[in-house]
Amino acid sequence: MLESDFQKKNRFFLNMGPQHPSTHGVLLIVLEMSGEYVLDPQPVLGFIHRMHEKMAESRPCQSFMPNTARMDYVCALPYNHGYVSLVERKAGIEVPRRAEYIRVITSELNRVASHLLWLGAYLLDLGAFTPILYGFDDREHILDILEDITGSRLTYCYYRFGGVNQDIDDKFVDSTRAFIKRLRKRFVIYEKLVTKNIIFIKRTENIGIVSPDMALRYGMTGPNLRGSGIAYDVRKNEPYSIYPEFDFEVPVGEQGDCLDRYMVRVREMEQSLRIIEQALDRLPEGPVRAKVPKNIKLSPGDCNFAVEAARGELSYYLVGDGTGVPYRLKVRVPSYSNLSCLPELGRGILLPDLVSILGSFDLVIPEMDR
Amino acid sequence: MKQYFSEIYTGGKSLVEGLGVTFKALFQPIVTVQYPREEIDITPNYRGHIDLVLDPEKNTFLCISCGMCEKACPSDCIKIKGEKLEGEKKKTLVLFELDFTKCSLCGACVESCPKDALEFSQEYNLAAFSREAFHFDILKRLEERRT
Repeated sequence: MLESDFQKKNRFFLNMGPQHPSTHGVLLIVLEMSGEYVLDPQPVLGFIHRMHEKMAESRPCQSFMPNTARMDYVCALPYNHGYVSLVERKAGIEVPRRAEYIRVITSELNRVASHLLWLGAYLLDLGAFTPILYGFDDREHILDILEDITGSRLTYCYYRFGGVNQDIDDKFVDSTRAFIKRLRKRFVIYEKLVTKNIIFIKRTENIGIVSPDMALRYGMTGPNLRGSGIAYDVRKNEPYSIYPEFDFEVPVGEQGDCLDRYMVRVREMEQSLRIIEQALDRLPEGPVRAKVPKNIKLSPGDCNFAVEAARGELSYYLVGDGTGVPYRLKVRVPSYSNLSCLPELGRGILLPDLVSILGSFDLVIPEMDR
Repeated sequence: MKQYFSEIYTGGKSLVEGLGVTFKALFQPIVTVQYPREEIDITPNYRGHIDLVLDPEKNTFLCISCGMCEKACPSDCIKIKGEKLEGEKKKTLVLFELDFTKCSLCGACVESCPKDALEFSQEYNLAAFSREAFHFDILKRLEERRT
């Protein structure tokens, strides 16, 4: 970084956000700048804090279900999944196999939808407008499929303790299969349009390199950690639900730059499609909801459950005191840890590169603030 | 020097390929729906705000005003009142209000109903200028549907 005498004398502060389009929500980053170089980026959180954890501690555990979807509205079903599984583990509820299959299929569909939205939004950050239209076109198909069974388009409240709200039908199976076929064809288009594009490569290659050591130090998870070459995926390393029954790979990057994180997500979408395909092939018959007592009692003691959300490891920690209301519920969200390395990573880089790095982290602000 | 030119070549090629994708899309069918003028059919499973089920035989509601939905609601959106009318053995529903500003469409009320007297409406075109416009009188809505 070259700094002239004039720039040294005239360092300034720049507020990026809370209404900046590339912060994807109400995130403020205070940047100390020298010319076009960032000296010290400091994220400021708290603009959209809604006390979700406190709300969980003041009402019966069933009533917290709609809140889980509102923490991460882009990938809501894994949030549903984590919470229902947590309470099921705590209360010792058995879930029918068909319900577990439906949960995995819908969660993976939601993951693909989240990655598609990220792909479009990331390219929008980098100045390319077209890919988001292609991404939205595909994502729209997933939303239609999910809307047909869940009844809502974004903030789903579909899973229930002991199963799911509504059974899937042949229409769902057929349209999901048709969508998988379609998306595989579209991957070719994305590769031509984005992955091979020279401008995109120049904006992402060797930018924002997160070393494996640094990723571990900040507790990064999900595609951001895997981009740095560490193959950690909750679905493989700490298997939950019926994930061990499926054959899928955990894609990893090489050096941990923005391009690696991009590639990991694109390859992850392919793996998600593989999981959905296998689950549809083996979909068992049977009930989708177990009999659950009306007032679920949470026995004294603590319990933890972690799932792999689209952005990384999401873990719920619950302390019960024998009543139906949780004594304490702590949600560990991936985006918060992923963002925390920004002050170290963003020192001495160009402002456009900071935008590229922020986009590549796939941040969802309501999830960080809760 | 050689690398410089090969980079220009591969870079230029990638841009042309990308433009090719856009060019192809020009001749593909239009997927955009011109919303206020055109509308897509909504799925029958869509979850709008709740409505009382109209019993076609008795031409009235099925609700027994037990208050289960009121209890099940995580956000206290529902307010119901049942009164014993003269000559009737059981309570009759006289008030059913929904504060839609607080509702998160989770469906707990519909699931908790012992008589299946609640259903989701198909309304999604909801916009108004005041908060009070979303305090729905569900019973009145039922009266309007009655023939």
